[in-house]
Amino acid sequence: MNWDAGLPLLILSSSLLPGLVIFFLPEERVATRTTLNLGGALLKLVLVGVMVWGVFHGHHYETRMPLLPGLDLVLRADAEAVLFVTLSTVLWLVTTVYAIGYLEDSPHRSRFFGFFSLCVTATVGVALAGNLITFLLFYELLTLATYPLIVHRGTEVARQAGRTYLTYTIAGGALLLVGTVWIYSLAGSLEFTHRGFVAELVDTHRAALIVIFVLLIAGLGVKAALVPLHGWLPQAMVAPAPVSALLHAVAVVKAGAFGIVRVVDDVFGVEVAANLGVTGPLAAVAAVTIIYGSLRALFQDDLKRRLAFSTISQVSYIILGIAIVGPAATIGGLVHLVHQGVMKITLFFCAGNLAETLGIHKISEMNGVGRRMPWTMAAFTISALGMVGVPPLAGFISKWYLGLGALDAGQGWVVFVLAGSSLLNAGYFLPILYAAWFKAPPDAWPAERTWGSRETFWLLLAPPVVTALLTLAAGLLASAPFSPLQWARFITAQEYMP
Amino acid sequence: MAILLPLVGALVCFLWPRRSVPLGLVTAIGVVTCVAGLGWQVVVLGTQRYAVGGWGAPLGIDLYADGLSLLMLMVTAGVGLGISAYSTSYFERKQSALFWPLWLFLWAALNALFLSADIFNLYVTLELLGLAAVALVALAGGADALTSAMRYLLVSLLGSLFYLLGVALLYHSFGSVDMAILAQRMEPSPAVWAAIGLMSAGLLLKTALFPLHFWLPPAHASAPAPVSALLSALVVKASFYILLRLWLEVFPPGNVALGQLLGLLGAAAVLWGGIQALRQTRLKLLIAYSTVAQLGYFFLAFPLGTATAWKGTLYLLLSHALAKAAMFMAAGNIIRFGGHDRIADLDRVAHRLPLTVTAFALAGISIIGLPPSGGFIGKWLLLDAALRAGQWWWVVILILGGLLAAAYVFKVIGYAFTQAGVLQETRTVPTIMEWVALALALGAILLGLFAPWPLALMEIGLPFGRESAG
Amino acid sequence: MNHVFLYALVGVGLFTLGLYTLIVCAHLLRKILAINVMGSGVFLVLVALGGRTPGAIPDPVPHAMVITGIVVAVSATALALALMLRVRAETGRARLPEERLE
Repeated sequence: MNWDAGLPLLILSSSLLPGLVIFFLPEERVATRTTLNLGGALLKLVLVGVMVWGVFHGHHYETRMPLLPGLDLVLRADAEAVLFVTLSTVLWLVTTVYAIGYLEDSPHRSRFFGFFSLCVTATVGVALAGNLITFLLFYELLTLATYPLIVHRGTEVARQAGRTYLTYTIAGGALLLVGTVWIYSLAGSLEFTHRGFVAELVDTHRAALIVIFVLLIAGLGVKAALVPLHGWLPQAMVAPAPVSALLHAVAVVKAGAFGIVRVVDDVFGVEVAANLGVTGPLAAVAAVTIIYGSLRALFQDDLKRRLAFSTISQVSYIILGIAIVGPAATIGGLVHLVHQGVMKITLFFCAGNLAETLGIHKISEMNGVGRRMPWTMAAFTISALGMVGVPPLAGFISKWYLGLGALDAGQGWVVFVLAGSSLLNAGYFLPILYAAWFKAPPDAWPAERTWGSRETFWLLLAPPVVTALLTLAAGLLASAPFSPLQWARFITAQEYMP
Repeated sequence: MAILLPLVGALVCFLWPRRSVPLGLVTAIGVVTCVAGLGWQVVVLGTQRYAVGGWGAPLGIDLYADGLSLLMLMVTAGVGLGISAYSTSYFERKQSALFWPLWLFLWAALNALFLSADIFNLYVTLELLGLAAVALVALAGGADALTSAMRYLLVSLLGSLFYLLGVALLYHSFGSVDMAILAQRMEPSPAVWAAIGLMSAGLLLKTALFPLHFWLPPAHASAPAPVSALLSALVVKASFYILLRLWLEVFPPGNVALGQLLGLLGAAAVLWGGIQALRQTRLKLLIAYSTVAQLGYFFLAFPLGTATAWKGTLYLLLSHALAKAAMFMAAGNIIRFGGHDRIADLDRVAHRLPLTVTAFALAGISIIGLPPSGGFIGKWLLLDAALRAGQWWWVVILILGGLLAAAYVFKVIGYAFTQAGVLQETRTVPTIMEWVALALALGAILLGLFAPWPLALMEIGLPFGRESAG
Repeated sequence: MNHVFLYALVGVGLFTLGLYTLIVCAHLLRKILAINVMGSGVFLVLVALGGRTPGAIPDPVPHAMVITGIVVAVSATALALALMLRVRAETGRARLPEERLE
């Protein structure tokens, strides 16, 4: 096997193999486990770095193995895959560090980190999948790998949340399966290609294609938490904080959104999808989700639940960007895939820190917390402002391109959705910031732990600070080479140029 | 050969009960080697035909091996080896002395059945198989097991007699019981249709197709764990195998109505079995009803009738054999561990028996049909066949069945993570019992990753005919 | 109607009769006997249809089959009877649980 064919497989194994080994490690082998975790994450980062460089210079990385006669499992590094792989790899490394700190002294860590690694493996597989069946395989694997993480605490609430999660995702997976088989039986192929592979069926099987589109989007929309398929997400908040962070920023929700990008761009192709008249309704659903999620977030007092509804709203920006047919909007959607991940993971890290250090779970308990934990709250503030779309932070870039694209495509209503959503974002984030920085702290925190002179355990503090800096960087250095924005332009250029 | 060896082994074990465990294991390994040898022959040289005693058809007994029988033999060997290893630790000495002869005897009957080339020989082997299986169910002792065994025996005998009457009619019409000869001489007539009806009815009863499944859950659930495993994994497949052979090679083509009927019954079985499984509060009954549902899938190919559909069915069958054996073994471990199989009181077995729960989960993935697993490949082929045939309603059944399976599998797994209200006494489980369950479950998963090989084996001797376009 | 056909018809009759008893009667001994009657019916059909051409030497193959069949039936009956005794010893009744109310 030569280097170009082996690289995707190697990237996959760099988290799979450590994960499998970790399962069999005894609980007390902390050092070995940490080495394996971080070693795998760093190795993956290096490999992905090599791949980014290679893809940019026209290398073609592809691993193929037969699954069925005429149907292969394909791992391929195209530009979109690289975008998502890079995001998950970077954030995995950060989250691993955070999780090691967060789960210090808690039971069943081997199991946790084993599934954690599997989860990332599945995400990377989703990203690298070169056809729909490979995508489906990793998409389902992701469902299975996240389930034990959600029920990790083993309480009755966790079991219920796990059940809701599975009900939604397995049903979604079933819809996706039907859509996949159906499109295979019509088109005879499942390979992702830049302008889709169903163009010649438009005239003969128009109705079937529309139904397939709906099936695929509904199946993926469950994970992407499109309204009304979002019910599992707020419940899944019972999981430990690093899991929530990973779920919202990298793995599950993103896999759904990324899948929708794939379906629109590489299965149907934007032009075919527009021709079928399915992008308009998709944009409408996304817009409804954006507004609905924001509205619900306004009324949550539980911090993690507010963040969860915020995720529902934010992820639909990506889908909105894809559904507005036009280069600028696509750039906006793709770049938000990265930006939302970086910002949201910071927020969840911070929420986890507040809960671990001071026992704060509710927004009403956050008065004056900025003075007790300045670094954490600084990171929180940067990300929250980014979410609102304050220039020059990452969220502003996304919204700018989305608005620009909507105007280009003659869909002015989208601008109102964006503006309304930004107002709502401000409505649910700014009070938190105000309370944290300007209100007087209470006499005692709900459950305080101290780590010497620092505000919290350094393994918990470093990750959000790093990701907050990334948020800043993604906005300030948006025009530097290899920034998310430049990469999204690179992808869009391939999509829209003949 | 593959038949004689376990038979001899059974006799020796019976005569020398104290040494039955090592003798049985040696025999099991020997049988697996024989099957591997036969497999090599078939792969290299194509289909094999062997006349016992040199008489040849139509007088003597002929053995015949093509891709279909080879795969059945191989999965039997795989599961059989697993069951043998598992049983070394499962049984106490007294039961063990009875188990080994019966099990090896059953194995011999299975191998003979898969190799038989004539329909009368199939009857004999089927009957032997039934008797051995009944005796194994009764091995557990106790009122439940005995009455279940009794019911099982009556049903089994009834099914065989129906089948035998059909054989008599076919022999009368065509003067032969050899399948190849029958296939050449076959022409539809009232007697033939009566024979088809009788044989199908008998075999359906033994395969426990809905609504003839009533005997299966109690029998499979009350037997000792390794016996449940081999009943669900292998024995019900034997009668299905006969039906499949007859349908593909002997019965005249064009019985669309019967095919649709079988498909409908299969669909009903999938739904009914799934719902019943979901309602159970005992683990072993849940798994047994899951078998009822899974058997339903096998019949969905009859109305489709394309090569893709048959391959899908066979693939489901192979992966179900491995996965279901693993599941029953996992259930056996859990019972050994906690002394009960109440699902709601599983009490964090996920932490305490991680290997067993992993085995159960992996087997469950294949049963649900999630990728990557053998169950997924089988379902994919069936879905593809159904859509190509334009019969989309089978797609709905396949999907609903998968969702039901997910519901009952994860019901169990969910409780495996949570703490039960009552604290329970626990016993240790021998390591080999955990590893065997895990190995079989992994086998079911691996079937999904290496599909091209078994699919190529299925082509040997073209049991399913050539792939027709559309 | 020749006598061969008559034998066959009687065989089918026995088969049906046995089936009826098997379903209707609750006692296990009766059920076992019913199975045996059905078996005999099938054997009769086999033997009768063996002599297809009147006057000629009957086809030996069905006879061989019947002998095999009888061997199988005897062992099955033995197993069934033994099981029945065990059931009776365990439960005090020679019936299946779902038919206890009759």
